[in-house]
Amino acid sequence: MFRRLPEATGAPIPFTFDGREMVGRRGDTVAAALLAAGISVCRTMAVSGAPRGPYCMMGVCFDCLVTIDGAANRQGCLVLLVEGMRIKTQAGAPQAQAEEGAT
Amino acid sequence: MSDVRLETDIAVIGGGLVGAAIAYGLAREGRAVRVLDEGDVALRASRANFALVWVQSKGLGMPEYAAWTRASAAAWPALAAALREDTGIDVGLSQPGGFTLALSEAEMQRRMEMTRLLHNQPDMVKYDYEILDHAQTSKRLPAIGRDVVGSIYCPLDGHVNSLRLFRCLHQAIKRYGVGYHPNCAVETITPIAQGFALEGSFGELRAGKLVLAAGLDNARLAPMVDLEAPVVPSKGQIIVTEKVAPFLTYPMHTLRQTDEGGVMIGDSQEDHGFDTAVTTAVISVMAQRAVRMFPLLAKLNVVRTWSALRVMSPDGFPIYAQSRIHPGAFLATCHSGVTLAANHALTLAPAIARGGLPRGTSSFTSERFHVPTLA
Amino acid sequence: MKTIAAIEAFADRYDLAIVGAGPAGLAAASLAVAHGVDVVVLDENASPGGQIYRAVTSTPMTRREILGEDYWRGVELVQEFSGSASSYAPSTTVWNVARGLDGDSLGRDFEIGVSLRGKARLLRAKEVILATGAQERPFPIPGWTLPGVMTAGAAQIALKSSGLVPDGHLVLAGTGPLLYLVAAQLIEAGASIRALLDTTPRANWMSALTATPGFLASPYLAKGLALLRMVHRRLDVVGGITALRAEGQKRLNRVAFERAGRRTELDCDLLLLHQGIVPSINLSNAIGCAHDWDDVQLAFRPQVDAWFASTVQGVAIAGDSAGIAGGESAAARGRIAALGAAFRLERIGAGQRDRDAAPLRAELALLARGRRFLDVFHRPAKAFRVPSDDATLVCRCEEVSAKTIRETVMLGACGPNQMKAFTRCGMGPCQGRLCGLTVTEMITDARAVSPAEVGYYRLRPPVKPVTLAEIAALPQTADAEKAVAR
Ligand SMILES: Cc1cc2nc3c(=O)[nH]c(=O)nc-3n(C[C@H](O)[C@H](O)[C@H](O)COP(=O)(O)OP(=O)(O)OC[C@H]3O[C@@H](n4cnc5c(N)ncnc54)[C@H](O)[C@@H]3O)c2cc1C
Ligand code: FES
Repeated sequence: MFRRLPEATGAPIPFTFDGREMVGRRGDTVAAALLAAGISVCRTMAVSGAPRGPYCMMGVCFDCLVTIDGAANRQGCLVLLVEGMRIKTQAGAPQAQAEEGAT
Repeated sequence: MSDVRLETDIAVIGGGLVGAAIAYGLAREGRAVRVLDEGDVALRASRANFALVWVQSKGLGMPEYAAWTRASAAAWPALAAALREDTGIDVGLSQPGGFTLALSEAEMQRRMEMTRLLHNQPDMVKYDYEILDHAQTSKRLPAIGRDVVGSIYCPLDGHVNSLRLFRCLHQAIKRYGVGYHPNCAVETITPIAQGFALEGSFGELRAGKLVLAAGLDNARLAPMVDLEAPVVPSKGQIIVTEKVAPFLTYPMHTLRQTDEGGVMIGDSQEDHGFDTAVTTAVISVMAQRAVRMFPLLAKLNVVRTWSALRVMSPDGFPIYAQSRIHPGAFLATCHSGVTLAANHALTLAPAIARGGLPRGTSSFTSERFHVPTLA
Repeated sequence: MKTIAAIEAFADRYDLAIVGAGPAGLAAASLAVAHGVDVVVLDENASPGGQIYRAVTSTPMTRREILGEDYWRGVELVQEFSGSASSYAPSTTVWNVARGLDGDSLGRDFEIGVSLRGKARLLRAKEVILATGAQERPFPIPGWTLPGVMTAGAAQIALKSSGLVPDGHLVLAGTGPLLYLVAAQLIEAGASIRALLDTTPRANWMSALTATPGFLASPYLAKGLALLRMVHRRLDVVGGITALRAEGQKRLNRVAFERAGRRTELDCDLLLLHQGIVPSINLSNAIGCAHDWDDVQLAFRPQVDAWFASTVQGVAIAGDSAGIAGGESAAARGRIAALGAAFRLERIGAGQRDRDAAPLRAELALLARGRRFLDVFHRPAKAFRVPSDDATLVCRCEEVSAKTIRETVMLGACGPNQMKAFTRCGMGPCQGRLCGLTVTEMITDARAVSPAEVGYYRLRPPVKPVTLAEIAALPQTADAEKAVAR
C-alpha cells in the first residue's frame, strides 16, 4: 500500500508483527512501520470481528490499535517504534491479564 | 407539541427508568399514556446508573423495602420476557447471585454487622446469603486479589444492561402507542375538575391521572398536587474500561462486567448539591480498590468516567404516594430504578391504573417523614 | 527548551500549561516564556510541529519541493521554541484538565492529568492554553471503515514523518484545500494517482463568489489557483461526484461513485478521503467551555474573546481548536493568547499587551481575507455529512449504523446524549471524535431544527484513554476514601 522514498534512509529498526520479523526506520511510529511493511489490517472489532487498519494516523480514530510488548490496545500511530518491539494484531477485545506477581 | 391542548388518560412526568417503566406498565393495562420529558441534557440518573438488580444490603431500617426489592428481583425475569416479546430486545438480565467484596477486616466486620442487623429486623423477609472468607470467595471468583479478605454472597442478586433496558422501555412504550414528548419540561401542574392541567413551554396537557416520576424535580412538582417529595441529589461517579474478553460472570456491589465486555467500576456517594464534576481523587480511590479486588484489571484503559446524581429521600427509601387532596395524582421516586423496574411496570403501574397503590406499599408514603415527636 | 522525558521530571506547578505543540502552542510558548512566564508544553506526538509542521525537524524528506515552502516555514517556529526556556513534554497525553481546589485569589488553579510512558500524574497550572488543533471531518460513506480507506491527512503524515508514499491503485476523494495540497505533495513525491473524485457541490461556486468578493485580494488566491492548476494538469480530476462508496470484503478493492446519475467503479487499493478539518474540541468540551455552532464551517467551536480566552476563566483556546483559520493564523493567535495569559499572570501590563498585540491583529486580519471564500466554497455536501445509506456506519468504534441512529431519533432521542445512551454511539475509545458531528447533523436533519439546538456530546475525562493502574496511583484524599469505601 505504501513504499518508502529513497531519501528515507533512517537507521533500520527491527521488530516483529505477529511473530514475523520486519524492519522499520528511525522516526517511524508503529502504524507507519506496519504500513511500510505492507500490513493494512492491525485489529479486528470486538463485536463484529470486522478488520480495521489505521485511518487517521493522528490519534483520533483508534483503528490503529495493536498489542505492543504485551500491552493491549495501544495506539500504533502515536507510539514510536523501538528496536525489538513485539507487536501483535489486536484481535477483538483483549484478555484482562494479571501482572506478574500481582495476585 | 407547541401551544396545543392535548388530552390523555394518564400523564407521566419524567421519561427516565422510573417513568418509562411505569408508562410501560400502564400501557400494557390498555391506558392512553403520554410521557413528558426534559431535553437532551438533563439530570438523568437513568443514563448513568450501575445496572444492578440488587437485593442484599437493601432495607436496613425498613423491612418493607427489603421485601419490595426482593419481590422486584423475583419479578425481573417476567419483565425481561415481556420486553423481549414486545420489542425483540434482550436486556441482558443475568441473576447468578452477587458479591460484596471487603478489602480489610474492618470493612468485612462492618458489612457483616449490617447484614446481621438487616436480617434481624422484625418482619424481615427471609432469604439466603453466605459469608465467605478469602479462600471460599476465590473458589467462585478465581481472579480476586490477595487483598480481598472476604465477601458476602447473595444468590438473588444480578444485573442487566441498563442502557439497553432504557432504550427497550422506550421502544416498548412506543409500540403500545404511548406518546413520548422530549423537550417538554413541565413547569406547573394545576388540579382541575376532571384531572390535571400540565403547563410548560410546550403548551398545555390535560390528563385524568398523573404520575410524578421526574427524579429530582419531583421535589418541586409534588407540592403542586399536595404531595411531598423531599429528595436531594447524591453524586455517584462511575468508571468504565475498554471492552475485554468475558472474565467475570457475577456482579459485585461496585464492579461488574457488562455483556458488551466493558468493566464498570462504581460508585461513590457524595453530597455536593447539583455539582456533577468528575473528581480525580475519588476516581483514583475507585480505580485503586478495583485493581486490588481484581489485579488483572490494572492494565485496562479507562475510556469514560462520569458522575450522575442519585435521587435520595431523607432515609434513602422510595416514596410512593397518592395525593389525598387531589386523588389521581401519584408520586414515584426511588434511587434503584433498575432493580425496581419490574415492580414499577408489573405491580405499581397496574395498581395506579386501577386508581390506587399496590398492597404492602403503605409505608412508602412521605408521611413517614412526619413522625410526631413524643411530648 | 527543557525536554521532559519521564513523568518524574515534571515540576509540580507551572504558571502556564499549553496543550499542543503545533504552530499555536509553539508560538504561544516562545512568547510567554520571553515575558518570564514558566511554561510547559504538552503534546502526544514525539516531535514538535503539530499537524501542519509535523516532524519538520526530524523528517527524512530532503527534496524541499515535495512538501512545499509552507511546510519548511515551520523550522523557524520550532527553532525559536527550542531556543526558549520553555519545558516541553513530547509523547505526553493530556487526558484531563479540571479546576483544582487550591486556586489563588482569582480561583486560578488547574489540575492537568498527563500520561507519559504508561505513568500518570496531575500537574498544576494557573493558566491553560488549549492549542489542540484540528482533525479531519468525519466522512461517513459506505465502506469507510475498510482497511485501505484512510484520510488524506493520514497519507500526508506518513509522508512527512516516515517518507512513505502510496503504492498501487490510489484514489483521492472529497473536497477542501488540504485535499488538493496532499494530492500535489503526493504527485511531487512520485505517487501515481488514478483519480481525484471531487465532491464539492457545484452550487458552491456561486454562493462563494457572491458571498465573498474579498477573495480577489486574498493571499490564498494565487496559492490556491497554482495548486489547482498543478493538480488538474497532472491527474484526472472528476468533479460533481454525488455518491461515493468504498467496496471490498476484508479490505478495500474498489471505489464506486456517481456523477450525473451515472455509476462508475474503479479498482483501488488505497482510498484517501478528506472533506475539510474541524476544531478538536474534546478537551474544551470536557472542561465545560461554551461552544457555538459555526454554520459556515459546519462545526462547533469554543466561544473566545479578543484574547482567545474561553468562557472558563483561566482557559484560553488558540489556533485551529478555536475555529479553523490555518497554520499561519494559528501562530498569530497563539501569540495573542500568550499575551493575554502573561497579562493575567501579571508579567506585562495592559499597555504592553495591547501594543504587542496590534501587529498580530493586523496580521490576522490580512490572513482572514478570503478565508470565508474557502469556507463557503469547500462546504461539504450534505450527502457526505448525513449518510442516507442505512448500512453506513456512523460510529466506527461501536459500529452503530445510520439506520439505528435514524430509528432512534424516531424513538424520541432528541439530542446526542440521549442518542448515546440508547445506541452506544460515541461511547468507544475515540469518544465521539469520528461520529459526533454526524450524529448532531443527523438529528438536526430528522428533527428539522438547528445544530445549535441539538448540541453535542457532553464529554467527560479522560479525553484520551489512560489505564486503571495509572489512575489508581494518583493522589487521593480522606474525603474521597470516605465517599467510596462505605
Ligand atoms: C491531518 C492534517 C493535516 C494537515 N496538513 C496541513 C498542511 O499540510 N498544510 C496546511 O496549511 N494545513 C494543514 N492542516 C491544517 C493545520 O493543521 C492547521 O491549520 C494548523 O496545524 C493549526 O495549528 P494548531 O497549532 O492550531 O494545531 P496543530 O498543528 O494541529 O497542533 C495541535 C497539537 O496538539 C496535540 N494534542 C491535541 N490533543 C492533545 C492531547 N489531549 N494531549 C496532548 N497533545 C494533544 C496534537 O498532537 C498536535 O501536535 C492539516 C490538518 C490536519 C488535521
Ligand atoms: S490511525 Fe487513527 S488513531 Fe491511530
